[in-house]
Amino acid sequence: MIIRHKDPSEPKSHEITPESVYLKRRELMALGGLAGLFGALPAWAHGFSPVDEDGSRPRWLKDQVAKAREGQPDVDEALTPYKDVTGYNNFYEFGTGKTDPADNAHTLQTDPWTVTVAGEVEKPGDYPLETLLEGLTLEERIYRLRCVEAWSMVIPWVGVPLAALLKKVQPTSKAKYVAFTSLADPEKMPGVKSPFTGIDWPYREGLRLDEAMHSLTLMAVGLYGRTLPNQNGAPFRLVVPWKYGFKSIKSIVRIELTESEPATTWNMLAPGEYGFYANVNPEVDHPRWSQSRERRLPNSFFDPNWVPTRMFNGYEQVASLYKGMDLKRNY
Amino acid sequence: MKTRYWTWLGWPLGAVPLACLVLEAASGQLGPDPAEVLVERLGWWALVLLLTCLAMRPAAQLLRVPGLVVWRRTFGLWAFGYVSLHFLAWATLLLGWDPNYLGEELGKRPYIIVGLLGWLAMWPLAATSTRKARRRMGARWGKLHRLVFPAVILGVVHQSWVQKSGYGETLIFALVLAMLLIYRGLKDHRLSNK
Repeated sequence: MIIRHKDPSEPKSHEITPESVYLKRRELMALGGLAGLFGALPAWAHGFSPVDEDGSRPRWLKDQVAKAREGQPDVDEALTPYKDVTGYNNFYEFGTGKTDPADNAHTLQTDPWTVTVAGEVEKPGDYPLETLLEGLTLEERIYRLRCVEAWSMVIPWVGVPLAALLKKVQPTSKAKYVAFTSLADPEKMPGVKSPFTGIDWPYREGLRLDEAMHSLTLMAVGLYGRTLPNQNGAPFRLVVPWKYGFKSIKSIVRIELTESEPATTWNMLAPGEYGFYANVNPEVDHPRWSQSRERRLPNSFFDPNWVPTRMFNGYEQVASLYKGMDLKRNY
Repeated sequence: MKTRYWTWLGWPLGAVPLACLVLEAASGQLGPDPAEVLVERLGWWALVLLLTCLAMRPAAQLLRVPGLVVWRRTFGLWAFGYVSLHFLAWATLLLGWDPNYLGEELGKRPYIIVGLLGWLAMWPLAATSTRKARRRMGARWGKLHRLVFPAVILGVVHQSWVQKSGYGETLIFALVLAMLLIYRGLKDHRLSNK
């Protein structure tokens, strides 16, 4: 099932997941029909339907996103509506409140975007995003996203497996880990500028090379058939569906292949609460709250919509990566 | 002390945040996880109102508006109301009074215990908030009402413990509390030296 927002009249694949396609079509109609209205009332409408920057993205990126093909795996759970996916975010560079990113991220300049590839690779260098994605076919992947704060969403991402990108830059035999770095621009990012953040910017994340090469690991440039809105980590972010959301680092400017385990932001801040692996695991509680279940968003006052949290967020195919490891210790 | 004609305004003033929250909730503006937001905001306002309550005597003295002292009771009771709603919303909307989850939260999460103790410390204060009780208790009333200090300290500790990162807000709460405690300490000191 592919979301092509450019041509909503095109027949949808009802036969696969009728319910979510139905849900999505409502989103598309809302987007198309209300875009003009909301454009006229941006301040008032902000809380309901955050503005995205799809219209101002470079042609090549929009075209590539539009040509995305259906990718596996799929989930038959209801998608989280576009306005919630793009209006309720953790992107601390733009503030710690859930609506801060949607309110503040409009200042982010995503074109041109250069990604520095460094470390244990045959082809290091500063790559324009366009060059990095050249010749690659994007896929739509519908993934569950489980936040470490015990809420979750279901999001149709558009992206390319990280493995395909790494193949381009050719990791050397010494490469054991992939380290990612986000943009940290105090001029544009109030959270980076704030003296009270407690976070040592830039935001950093990392994966073991075999995790990075796993076919589920995605580098996303879009969601809901459109380019990524700024608040979702435009123009280029990681999505690792079996790990807590904070591993899926946003607005990446640097990818480094390393021999040793890279330092990661939340682990540096509170090592007892956030590990390097951060695999979704209902058996291992966060010291301050239970991880055994999650509130699937959106929910309501009358129903918090608790669903049981699954090992590896339900992506059991990754279990073999951790064979023989004590996941209670390596949380 | 003579009560000024405007002092009743404290009651509707304390209701404003609650009214805003109810309006936002009813119009779906609390976002995709509204119960979580509601619980958090109720707790935030409880702390702000409790600190406001404590600030009333210094404010009355410094601004020379003695009538403000009446608002200690107004905002103290509102703070108790907001903490109670904070607890009820947490237990009802988030946990559905599920005994297993309630037991787990209370047994395993120290910050919940800290918050709960702060709330419990406010019960006797709310129960003895009437003029009648104050008259009846005499000097013991003042002693009992010093419980407000452990309550607010526990509240600030609870608030700081909930944060994932970013201590700006906690710092402000702690700073305001410290100033109020120092002011109070100086006053007490001066009184005991007289």
